[in-house]
Amino acid sequence: MKGSRILIESLLKEGVEVIFGYPGGSVIPLFDSLYDAPIKFILTRHEQAAAHAADGYARVTGKVGVCLATSGPGATNLTTGIATAHMDSIPMVVITGQVKTSLIGNDAFQEADVIGITRSISKYNYLVKDIKDLAYTIREAFYIAASGRPGPVVIDVPVDIQTQEAEFKYFDKIEIRSYRPTHLGHPGQIRKALKLIYQSKKPVIIAGGGVIISGANQELLKFVEDTDIPVTETFMGLGGFPSTHKLSLGMPGMHGTVYANMAITESDLLVSIGCRFDDRVTGKIEAFAPGAKIIHIDIDPTSISKNIKVDVPIVGDAKNILEQLTEGIDESKIPDFGPWHKNIQDWKKKNPLRYETSKRGKIKPQQVIEEIYAQTKGTAVIVTEVGQNQMWAAQFYKFDYPRHFLSSGGLGTMGFGFPAAIGAKLAKPSQEVILIAGDGSIQMNIQELATVSTYGVNVKVVILNNYCLGMVRQWQELFYNRRYSGTPLKNPDFVKVAQGYGIKGLRVEKPENVKSAVKKIISSNEPVVADFRIEEEENVFPMVPAGEAINRMIGGMA
Amino acid sequence: MKHTIQALVENRFGVLARVSSLFSARGYNITSLAVGETADPTVSCMTIVVNAEDERILEQIKKQLNKLIDVITVNDFTHKEYIERELILIKLSADRNCEEMLTTAVKKGSIRVIEKNKNFCIIEACSERHKIEEILKELKKAEVIELVRTGKIAIGK
Repeated sequence: MKGSRILIESLLKEGVEVIFGYPGGSVIPLFDSLYDAPIKFILTRHEQAAAHAADGYARVTGKVGVCLATSGPGATNLTTGIATAHMDSIPMVVITGQVKTSLIGNDAFQEADVIGITRSISKYNYLVKDIKDLAYTIREAFYIAASGRPGPVVIDVPVDIQTQEAEFKYFDKIEIRSYRPTHLGHPGQIRKALKLIYQSKKPVIIAGGGVIISGANQELLKFVEDTDIPVTETFMGLGGFPSTHKLSLGMPGMHGTVYANMAITESDLLVSIGCRFDDRVTGKIEAFAPGAKIIHIDIDPTSISKNIKVDVPIVGDAKNILEQLTEGIDESKIPDFGPWHKNIQDWKKKNPLRYETSKRGKIKPQQVIEEIYAQTKGTAVIVTEVGQNQMWAAQFYKFDYPRHFLSSGGLGTMGFGFPAAIGAKLAKPSQEVILIAGDGSIQMNIQELATVSTYGVNVKVVILNNYCLGMVRQWQELFYNRRYSGTPLKNPDFVKVAQGYGIKGLRVEKPENVKSAVKKIISSNEPVVADFRIEEEENVFPMVPAGEAINRMIGGMA
Repeated sequence: MKHTIQALVENRFGVLARVSSLFSARGYNITSLAVGETADPTVSCMTIVVNAEDERILEQIKKQLNKLIDVITVNDFTHKEYIERELILIKLSADRNCEEMLTTAVKKGSIRVIEKNKNFCIIEACSERHKIEEILKELKKAEVIELVRTGKIAIGK
């Protein structure tokens, strides 16, 4: 069997249904084999979008997303997407063509050292130099991508390997002696953790993206209801615990809720589950939960004691460990957290997330998000770009279900949202998928309107248009004397741009029209691009200035 | 503080780059690095000597090393009992200083003369790192044409 066929057959064995990609000289044999394979191929209009679409597909399903591009520029265009997936622990297999083996290292046409370039932004990578290794490599790549702390794995396949012949052999078992992720928590550590819980008066759980990755949301809910410990969900953890639950504190950190940040700061015990204490969560490290003991549950030992010194580390899968903890609880020893809950209730009452209506009759972005939440009843998959749009979505949409909030958290990649929304919609056609974008970020991959139009991908694009790069502008307003350097935008007419691609476009300019516009968007059975002209100088509040303690928030403290 | 770290890794291309980039990405200079096959030809042994200013960062690097898919085990010898060796080869200009020095050094047993002609003399020394440093100090009197050293290898007791 030809190498290109072996590759496709291997993908089929892995259960791949969709590949996002872009052809080129070094993958023509592969595309030839793809032509009549029972795999859906989605041609994006830029390789970066193919990577983000595969990422969106993976985030919404939990399955491994697959993308494909040619050597050289095709591969380098994928790199932003690979790095984005790597930072957020998203399982992906990235296949790149490479110049033929005899030319590697010779500065051949469209040659780039893809293995070298992607080494630090992928979980693992391979250059396939022998056709006999191809099938096993693919099997192993999928295993590595999806197991342990997931991540993107790159397979670089020279064009001559694609045309060589070999016998196709499928490998059932994968055994890597140097890679054995820990799944169960150490029983001694579980006992220590429970002991700390019994001794605490003001505990808080921080639920991170690991809860969603491990599928531990039900186990977390059970554990929380058994212990009565309040939960704050990090940006990556939104949906891992129901936002509408009475014990939910919402998001912590730079643009988190006042009550989440106050609770962390005042707590005497933090139970972190699948959260890596990113600097956007901790703020100033020395002032982060100064009086708290810390239990850290994570599948990745390198996340533990990296930023925050941990008292009880538990390495393993969040779902298993939560089950072990719940099983081990002696309910008679759980203290009464009543006074602590009362404390939190007071903070909640005094400092809710809020915004004022515009004095100039403009649309407030928060109103748009709230309206979308109300009309979708919290069931839509919300995808965001990066910047203010992302933070307003995280703050004002309430996420009750895992895998319903897709956003580039770690790398903060503008241009991620639109292609990721396309990938998510193709993965879950019956699911309402809404992109919340800014006028800046939507233009970073706006060419994907062609993909939406070609395949009839019914995503809804909501542009919160303030004619500037809002998040940087906000920092310039607050910390740089309103010197708006490089942030004002002159935008195209987004309605006409959409129409140019054969997509419905609409513009909304008045607050009183938001409700009906959102209704139109959601009820449409074809894709829509909606240009919401919002208050230009609206800020995301509350906000912890960079490097400050998280209880030192501006805009939002009563 | 100097740390001697041993990593057993898969013997395949690209592994050295992965390991060394963990150090370089954090601005850590590797003092020495020795790589060779073990008794099992599918496994290579890397002995890395690194000067860590911040122990916490070194802890993190060790964890990251362990996390690398090609790394089988990581062992920090620093606070353990182990035997270490480093080999140096030196080409000295064959003048009077050289003669005198060689006589005393060879007598002490610290070096071995491998080749000698009228222009130069090549000697080797194999010892613990601090002894190698001493030998180098002694040799300063002679004119060193070229000096190469392997970097340290170590084995646990």
